[in-house]
Amino acid sequence: MSPLKTIQDLKSKQDYAGLAHLIPYAKSIGVETSMVGNNIVSTLRFKESNIGNPSIPALHGGLVAGFMENAALLHLIWSTELKNIPKIIDFSIDYLRPGQAETTYSHCETIRLGRRVALCNITAWQADSEKPIAIARAHFLLSSNEPIK
Amino acid sequence: MTINPYLKKINQTPHANKLNLQLVSVKDTSATLLLPFSEDIIGDPINRLVHSGAVTTLVDTACGVAIFQTQNNFRAMATLDLRIDHMRPASSGVDIYAYADCYRLSHTIAFVRSTVYTTDMEQPIATALATFMRSNKDFPVN
Repeated sequence: MSPLKTIQDLKSKQDYAGLAHLIPYAKSIGVETSMVGNNIVSTLRFKESNIGNPSIPALHGGLVAGFMENAALLHLIWSTELKNIPKIIDFSIDYLRPGQAETTYSHCETIRLGRRVALCNITAWQADSEKPIAIARAHFLLSSNEPIK
Repeated sequence: MTINPYLKKINQTPHANKLNLQLVSVKDTSATLLLPFSEDIIGDPINRLVHSGAVTTLVDTACGVAIFQTQNNFRAMATLDLRIDHMRPASSGVDIYAYADCYRLSHTIAFVRSTVYTTDMEQPIATALATFMRSNKDFPVN
């Protein structure tokens, strides 16, 4: 089955948990997805291979960014009708606390969904959702990258 | 110019090891790292493109190595912020390089910029800017 068909299939079955397995990178870092209200929440259980600084130990900053980028991607795939996987245009992250060796969560809020571009706010937290470990924003290209007429 | 000998131990970071990041070269205040292609870093299963998250990890790590090289020690650092612009995605099967330059080191903050490319640095796939908080604790290496 083509990936696009699989996405439609997952959506019609409300199989949001199957969503993360569609993206090899998400699968390899250990992303799981669940539904909270009408929003996809991404979960990343602690894995030794996701550590950046072994002495704290803290999650790799780049991994936290990748997890959040992916959370936004899955949110957009689930909440919009697309012919393609959204392409990231830019991503800007602020780190607030070190990512401890524990489960991390991330959710995404679409600030503006245009015809061609979406702007997202993304938050990541661990035990206390009131204390995010990082916040980020990203633009995604939704349409195909055709020349402007 | 002396190469900071610890730089060769970059793969003692478990996540850099998982992505198989490799040190290519260092010079003065800069470093180049390689992210070899693997099926595990695919982000777009339709067009088989590399996930931006793997690229961000490459950039973040390259910036850290550039800071180690500039400091000429192995004092740890923590990313404060990082912004990356993606000019075009990387196709599957292609190795990705990140060149990072620590252009300013203040007492507490390191300022780094990075260029990501596949074959030609003049045609980058992404550019990034990042700031790091410096620390007086050593990064754990054996």
